[in-house]
Amino acid sequence: MISPTTEEMVTITLNGKEVEVPTGINAVEAAALHGQEVPHYCYHPKLSVAGNCRMCLVEMGTPMRDRSTGEAIFEEDGSPKIGWVPKPVIGCATNVSPGMHLRTESDLVSECREGIMEFLLVNHPLDCPICDQAGECRLQEFATDYGRGYSRYIERKNVKPKRTRLGPRVTLDDERCILCSRCIRFSQEVAKDDVLGFVDRGSFSTLTCFPGKELANNYSLNTVDICPVGALTSTDFRFKMRVWFLKETKSICTESSAGCNTIVSSREGVIQRITPRRNDLVNDTWMTDSGRDLYKSVRSESRILRPSVNGNDLPLKDVVSSAVDCLRGEKIGFVVSCHSSLEEQMLAKRLVSLTNAQTFICGHFGDDDGILLSADRSPNLRGALVTGLIDQYPNDNLADLNDAISKGNIETVFVFDEDLILSGVSKENLQKVSMVYLGTHSNNSSRLADVVLPGLSVFEKNGSFVNRSFIAQAFEMSVPGPAGIKSQVEVLTDIISKLSEEEGISSDLDEVWDIFNSHNQSVLAGTKFSNLKKVSVPIDGSSWSHLNFVEKTALNYHPIESEPK
Amino acid sequence: MSEQSPKERRIILKYADDPAYSNRIDCYLRVGGYQNLKKAFAMKPEEVGEEVLKSGVRGRGGAGFPAGMKWKFLDRKSGKPIYLICNADESEPGTFKDRQIMYKDPHQLIEGMMISAYAIGASQAFIYIRAEFHEGARILNRAISEAKDKGFCGNNILGSDFSCDLVVHRGAGAYICGEETGLIESLEGKRPNPRIKPPYFPAVLGLYQCPTIVNNVETLCNVRHIIEMGGDEFAKIGKPNNTGTRIWCVSGQVMKPGYYEFECGALTLGQMIFDVCGGLRPGRSLKAVIPGGSSAKVLRADERFSGTLKDGTAFDWGLGDIPLDFDGPMSAGSMSGSGGIIVMDDTVDIVQAMANINAFYAHESCGQCTPCREGSLWMRKITQRMCSGGARKEDADLLLSVAKQIEGRTICAFGEAAAWPTQSFVTKFKDDFINKASETAENRDPKSLQLI
Ligand SMILES: Cc1cc2nc3c(=O)[nH]c(=O)nc-3n(C[C@H](O)[C@H](O)[C@H](O)COP(=O)(O)O)c2cc1C
Ligand code: SF4
Ligand code: SF4
Ligand code: SF4
Ligand code: FES
Repeated sequence: MISPTTEEMVTITLNGKEVEVPTGINAVEAAALHGQEVPHYCYHPKLSVAGNCRMCLVEMGTPMRDRSTGEAIFEEDGSPKIGWVPKPVIGCATNVSPGMHLRTESDLVSECREGIMEFLLVNHPLDCPICDQAGECRLQEFATDYGRGYSRYIERKNVKPKRTRLGPRVTLDDERCILCSRCIRFSQEVAKDDVLGFVDRGSFSTLTCFPGKELANNYSLNTVDICPVGALTSTDFRFKMRVWFLKETKSICTESSAGCNTIVSSREGVIQRITPRRNDLVNDTWMTDSGRDLYKSVRSESRILRPSVNGNDLPLKDVVSSAVDCLRGEKIGFVVSCHSSLEEQMLAKRLVSLTNAQTFICGHFGDDDGILLSADRSPNLRGALVTGLIDQYPNDNLADLNDAISKGNIETVFVFDEDLILSGVSKENLQKVSMVYLGTHSNNSSRLADVVLPGLSVFEKNGSFVNRSFIAQAFEMSVPGPAGIKSQVEVLTDIISKLSEEEGISSDLDEVWDIFNSHNQSVLAGTKFSNLKKVSVPIDGSSWSHLNFVEKTALNYHPIESEPK
Repeated sequence: MSEQSPKERRIILKYADDPAYSNRIDCYLRVGGYQNLKKAFAMKPEEVGEEVLKSGVRGRGGAGFPAGMKWKFLDRKSGKPIYLICNADESEPGTFKDRQIMYKDPHQLIEGMMISAYAIGASQAFIYIRAEFHEGARILNRAISEAKDKGFCGNNILGSDFSCDLVVHRGAGAYICGEETGLIESLEGKRPNPRIKPPYFPAVLGLYQCPTIVNNVETLCNVRHIIEMGGDEFAKIGKPNNTGTRIWCVSGQVMKPGYYEFECGALTLGQMIFDVCGGLRPGRSLKAVIPGGSSAKVLRADERFSGTLKDGTAFDWGLGDIPLDFDGPMSAGSMSGSGGIIVMDDTVDIVQAMANINAFYAHESCGQCTPCREGSLWMRKITQRMCSGGARKEDADLLLSVAKQIEGRTICAFGEAAAWPTQSFVTKFKDDFINKASETAENRDPKSLQLI
């Protein structure tokens, strides 16, 4: 997570100790910065403050001033006299001010938390053993940390609907709902699709969709993520897996140039779900529903599992040699890809110059939703720009390649991922050229390729992308690829080694960066993959501000300001 | 209609029960109606506000906050429009005064509101009227159109360049619509979920996030009389810090329940019950009184209240000695609230009374915040069980503990309104609650009332 660092600081007293915190933040955040947890349910850093759960009650005081003169009042020892608010205040709606005193650890605060936990549990079902949220449930966690530990409730619990279908992907268990209104605020404020609300009153309040509406927008699953309990569940993930078995890996969504930060959860090499990861410069804490489905292509029928030459499966070594042979000719064209990682693009750049080739690229565009699905449906178009692989904005087709083949200017093509036929290269033209295809999935044109090299999907390798705001971000391998398949970076390094007859070129990603940076003057100088793994890095995109990027104003993205100031 | 008591001093309800009086404008004009609007319009708006401040008039909606002071908190620098809202949601159990005013003398309210709108600079005003008052809404709408025809309301009032539209909005049928920020949400067309304060103080971020004044019906009517008398003169009615008259609504087991308007402090609770209201039914004795609507803490008939008043004088009162004003019931540890005096005699099963009150609050909680939502229903379930033969000795302490977990920890004052009855009933009548444990479904007193 990156947070802005240019804030002014104020001094407050937290549990008797003076600490510095940024101005304007609330008591929950201020305490967290200094290692004090203020438990909370309804507060969410990216939503408006509702103040309804009352879990974050703390004690607050401010320096006293004389009513008539406005002068500060002091204790006998010269310290400012603090006027404590007689009632506990909610930390989520209490913004820090200079000299403020906060107590997040006191008898009153503990008593408040015990009381709220008890109230939240009196009508809560005992579903933990069958509840999807178990293991990542705030109610379980805070009950353990702040609850009384025994029940005084002997009355009947309220009964509410157990499985309401709110939309195609979200199922609601109303008995588990603690009425925090996060999902409602998310729908109104982020998804801009106001479909959720409460009906009935008091303890019988029930979350539901407005009559005739459903929670069907492309962000609906974020409500499942932010629901602090197991009320909103993903219909896809429901009852599928206990979360404590999941291994979590940091990744980047490849759906569009928005570059949402994600967590890929897998068990024993099989991906179970994708959820968003917070990045305040990119996706806040959200992602699209459609982006969460992308892992399903990993196990698709069209996955290329073996290297081959002219349709014959051969050992990888031999297939690489065939590819190298193709590249020894003249009139070579490289069809590079906005889907390739930065590292793959760096190596492609090297190959292009080694073979004196021409580059071609095809953009993939769609509608911009103004949130996190941008009009550029590829994760790394800007990577192709910053690596110098291309200097023009791509069209949505490869008509120029088709022309070049027709005119006899291209005789060999090396293709990354693209379906050339779909992009406007005629079948007969394709039959005229020799073709090397490096990609994860087969398509109509890859089937015409002479040499086919399988690659790894984004979930099976490491690498980085540059998103629409020119922020470079790393993704990491979450599951192993199919047996025997090497990453594109390794395959490309092999080809370069062979072509250049240089021994021992490393396929280590940091070294790929080092070599690239030593050969090229680019805005990527000074950083490398392992830096990006720690924190995403904004890079200077001002040299490309003249290009007509297709993205529209959206969450954390302003087209005119796309270059860092 | 209540029979007027000879000792009353009727200002607000002066004409309410006059058989020759109607709620039409001609009648109002005949008794000097809208003269004070003219008087106010001859003054500067700040001067009108100054008179209201000097009068010391305190809000009649429940909290008793000085109206002139509230008006001073208005954020005038924001440049946003200012709104005036009359809180006519009257739904506190035991309270039925605003209804009398609106049904019988609507023009008095309209005049008070237009003077107030002029003083605070509001060009849009609303009367948010309780949903169940169908007839009241009809009467008010007719009165507003009469007033508009005569130029007392609407565009260019009294030919001046000051305009203020007045709209009657029918409530959403819930008690919480009377809480001012819940009311504002409801007026905006949403669920009446009260807002968190800070930051949403109505005088700064009220209706449509604009500065807004919310006052009770009776409070706004008083403004008309303050202009008539002048703030200083008005302040002479009643007692210092307890100025003007108050309309007390007496219900429960007295011979003559009804509404009675008295100068603040002009009589004691004992005089009210035993003189004005004709005392209890024959052979009954007093058990308890709730002095300010169901939210106020109950007072026990044999309690003694002692301490020192704000002005330093010591007091030692029995229940009957409590002066009926703002500070009297407050000094006795309760409040005068909305003026609803609920009298209970010795036939009342105190646990059942409690169960009834708890049922009300559990039903009316908006459900937004955890302590009130869950606590109010839990208390209802406990007391209901206690009245159905399932009481346990430990229930009294449990009730007190639950109430304590609500008080002071909620979004709005409903939390206190729900907790105070329990805290006072159980503390003051602990034996009644403990003794319930020996009552089973079979041996219950057959005369005791069935719970609603
Ligand atoms: C739960 C609750 C219900 C309330 N109901 C009413 C009501 O029905 N009528 C009313 O005038 N004030 C009611 N109030 C008080 C209002 O919030 C507000 O204080 C009042 O309208 C202000 O007017 P005043 O200053 O003239 O008294 C209620 C308050 C609470 C907490
Ligand atoms: S929401 Fe949490 S506490 Fe409730 S049943 Fe599920 S896991 Fe248990
Ligand atoms: S469903 Fe979840 S997020 Fe929505 S109100 Fe209930 S507890 Fe909160
Ligand atoms: S205290 Fe009760 S009525 Fe007020 S906001 Fe909370 S739940 Fe609603
Ligand atoms: S986090 Fe819910 S009230 Fe503050």
